[in-house]
Amino acid sequence: MIELYIILILMIIAAMASIYIEDLLSSVIALGAVGFGITLAFLFLKAPDLAITQLVVEILSLIILIKATIKSNRDINKEKNYISYIFLASFFIIAFLYFGYKAISELPKFGFPITKVSSFYIREGLNKTKAVNLVSSIILDFRAYDTLGEAIVLFTSVVGVLSVLRRNNEK
Amino acid sequence: MKNNGGMSIIVKRITRITVSLIFLFGVYIMLHGHLSPGGGFAGGVIIALSFIHLVLAFGKDFAFRYFNKTLAFFLEGLGGILFLVISLLGIFIGGIFFLNFLPKGSPFNLFSSGIILASNFAIFLKVGAGLFSIFIALSLYRLSEKE
Amino acid sequence: MGIYFLCLVLFSLGVWCLFVKKNLIKKIIGLAITEYAINLFFILLGYKIGADAPILEKNNLSIVSVDPLPQALILTSIVIGLGIIAFSVSLVMRLYEKYKTFDINKINNLKG
Repeated sequence: MIELYIILILMIIAAMASIYIEDLLSSVIALGAVGFGITLAFLFLKAPDLAITQLVVEILSLIILIKATIKSNRDINKEKNYISYIFLASFFIIAFLYFGYKAISELPKFGFPITKVSSFYIREGLNKTKAVNLVSSIILDFRAYDTLGEAIVLFTSVVGVLSVLRRNNEK
Repeated sequence: MKNNGGMSIIVKRITRITVSLIFLFGVYIMLHGHLSPGGGFAGGVIIALSFIHLVLAFGKDFAFRYFNKTLAFFLEGLGGILFLVISLLGIFIGGIFFLNFLPKGSPFNLFSSGIILASNFAIFLKVGAGLFSIFIALSLYRLSEKE
Repeated sequence: MGIYFLCLVLFSLGVWCLFVKKNLIKKIIGLAITEYAINLFFILLGYKIGADAPILEKNNLSIVSVDPLPQALILTSIVIGLGIIAFSVSLVMRLYEKYKTFDINKINNLKG
């Protein structure tokens, strides 16, 4: 699993570059590098459905973010961050990483999952639905309520965008 | 002669070819959702990207004459209502919400696995039209800000 | 266990950016990095060494596959993350039109 480690270290370096660079357009493009790294990691973890969806969603979110930043004045103003914010954030992150390390020691070893519920889906998926893609049979037949909830959330976000960006004298 | 907002003539020439290819690819990913990776969500986003490609290459005025706002709103509502009708028909036929009532053929055929094909089509319409109307709202807002 | 810990490091980088930076676009970038790290963590939990993708083939109809249930849940979560980013960007564009800046300290002081 050496390639997963390399991809994760490259993503951490790209995320640090995206946070540290002061120019807005360059940091949005560095965010695109993080997203493409996640797509490669999904391919190494044998999840092709997710890799296709993550790739096209990443492209669309890059288009939306660039449309917001390209026409604004991107002047670089270097002010000092407040010291109290930096101390508070560092304290929280160190506490979170310490307790997170204690918690992930209790998880099963990487590569040997406990599949109590999924063994039913793998065994009975083809017989009950005659669908070859197991992930499609889960999201549209066994667990279709989640897809209904996701359709409602997408509809709400579209209505929200259309009502925020409305002008009073628009036809 | 340069349209306002459009790109150069080389981009316009290439766009005529690639828009139809991307549209075909999106429909293929949606239709074979139960046979190979993909499904309704990925297909819908690819369709929205093909229309955004058309708008970015030809400028706002030319593209919005042929694909206006009301068509996008109507298709999104149609997709959502179609998904709900498919799930409610399960109650009328069998008594269970989301019952899989269409005939399931043999595996590896295109028309197998009952309700999954129709649900994929409804999700495809909804996601594609919804994401394209978000892009219409963002670009029309930018247009009227210049005053 | 090292790979789970690298995922937590990516998550905490996103939270640090969301907390400390003053620019509104940087806050949206921090939100996106946090969401990518959580999606990756779920898929790492369901991986089985030596197994195949959860798609059956024509010649063998029973395979050893990775866990398909986290993949179904994260597929929904990726598309919802796109909706969150689109809505946040529309709010930021509206704020920029009124106050002409992205800095939240200046927006706090103006109170137009």
